[in-house]
Amino acid sequence: MGATIVEKIFSKKCGGDIRAGEVVMAPVDGAMIHDITGPLAIQKFYEMGGSKVFDPKHVIMLFDHQIPADSIPAAENHVYMRKFAAEQQIHNYDINEGVCHQVVLEKGRAAPGEIIVGADSHTCMYGAAGAFATGIGSTDMGFVLKFGALYFKVPGTIRAEVSGKFPKRVGAKDLILSIAADIGADGATYEAIEFAGKTISKLDMAGRMTCCNMAIEMGAKAGIVAPDKITWEYMKGRRKMKSFPLESDDDASFVTKRSYTVSDMEPQVAVPHNVDTGVPVSRVAGTHIDQVFIGSCTNGRFEDLEEAAEVLGRKKFNPKVRVIIIPASRDEYLKTLKAGLIGKFVKAGALVEAPCCGPCMGGAFGLLAPGEVSLSTSNRNFKGRQGSTEGKVYLCSPATAAASAITGIITDPREV
Amino acid sequence: MRVWKFGDDIDTDAIIPGRFLTIYDPKELAKHAFEGTRDDFSKKAKEGDIVVAGRNFGCGSSREHAPLALIGAGVKVVVAQSFARIFFRNAINVGVLPVVCHKTDQIADGAKITLNIRKGIIEADGKKVKIEQVPEFMQGIIDAGGLVEYAKNMKEVPVCTKSHR
Repeated sequence: MGATIVEKIFSKKCGGDIRAGEVVMAPVDGAMIHDITGPLAIQKFYEMGGSKVFDPKHVIMLFDHQIPADSIPAAENHVYMRKFAAEQQIHNYDINEGVCHQVVLEKGRAAPGEIIVGADSHTCMYGAAGAFATGIGSTDMGFVLKFGALYFKVPGTIRAEVSGKFPKRVGAKDLILSIAADIGADGATYEAIEFAGKTISKLDMAGRMTCCNMAIEMGAKAGIVAPDKITWEYMKGRRKMKSFPLESDDDASFVTKRSYTVSDMEPQVAVPHNVDTGVPVSRVAGTHIDQVFIGSCTNGRFEDLEEAAEVLGRKKFNPKVRVIIIPASRDEYLKTLKAGLIGKFVKAGALVEAPCCGPCMGGAFGLLAPGEVSLSTSNRNFKGRQGSTEGKVYLCSPATAAASAITGIITDPREV
Repeated sequence: MRVWKFGDDIDTDAIIPGRFLTIYDPKELAKHAFEGTRDDFSKKAKEGDIVVAGRNFGCGSSREHAPLALIGAGVKVVVAQSFARIFFRNAINVGVLPVVCHKTDQIADGAKITLNIRKGIIEADGKKVKIEQVPEFMQGIIDAGGLVEYAKNMKEVPVCTKSHR
């Protein structure tokens, strides 16, 4: 019987035939910590008797949730982590580079066939580069920092086969919101989701990242796309390595296969307060909004901001809406700047902030008052996610966010 | 010991909102547990109380602040129809026991509850409900009292050895 990509990654890493359902202590190729989960991971590392991390070259540290420090306790956490990085000789990207997941991929710190863990649930995004990547808690991370390995229950794989050509102003975010609505918030718990099919093989890295990022919103342990030309092209200049074949066998055993067609897909919006509530935009068009957030690890890349700018055209944002735009990383910021889009957004009335998690963190800035409504390109719309538990968050694509920011109500991006 | 009953998809933002994540002390976190979701919890939860919920408890973030906030409130057991993966592991690692029970709809808020893990039974207001066993490979961590205790005296780990099928 053939094997899935995930089974192949674990089998190759451990030299054997490892199958879904087996529990294995596997070595990791990378371990990422940030300013929220990092301090506790370091504390646990010491409590476990750790003195030197397993390999400083494989530990990735950066700050993105509360930057620049938004409180004295946040500043203290940063100091604590900087000290640890210096003592352990870990490269710390500090507050300078952007949102952790974007930075890990940009810097080539995740590659096809690797096993990466991150103390953040959206670590599953690195599956866009053909890695097996999963989010873990701080105590598990303390264990990883000490031993360089972790117990994994090898997940089964749900294969999402996607076909068709995206209509204008419909893209990866609309697809993943529609897949989440189909699979459900816990429909993929403990499993991996492999995104496959002709649509995915034509999808750019930015779109693949958006899809893999949100695998966790269905409970999945990982999201993954088989590395292909597009992946290996992306790895060039980021990581010195030769390409190699890595894909699920045709006769691999999948938990289930699901088919999706995008040709007739409408822009999707997930309504409060769960991510698996995606509906066509027409169902919620006209809903009043107070704030629009375009950014996050899900949709803060240049391609996302470029699409938002295209929708904006020569128009202005509605002055009654607070429009917050945050490129996901310094590289993405510079690309956006070079294309002249930062100036365009600012002139249209937006606040453009330095790369960080922004309102998606729900504690730093851009919070909602009771009764307020946010339309956001991020990944979660839980009650209280962006401030007051009496606020509401709708999720959508950058195109829908930009169109709605112009009109002040949720709007189909094909109509502006 | 009373039951604090919650519904489906209780996410980590509900258990502990994002604005309190610079706190790591369980007692301090407990002051904000379920803030804005169920405000009487932090005031009235007592040592030994049990949280009972529906499907997908603990979905969302990897923040360990969530099980720590429960510990701070005195809750060391969560009974749910199912758990989100990261929360399940975090809970075991820090010493909160996640118990799977498919019939939590038969357990009412405020019920007096006792748990008999060995017999695999919960008794809530006199009604007996069956619970599932914890996966075998996690039992060692539970027996040790959490992952820190489990890992403390280990110098290395058996890399690439399989555990249980």
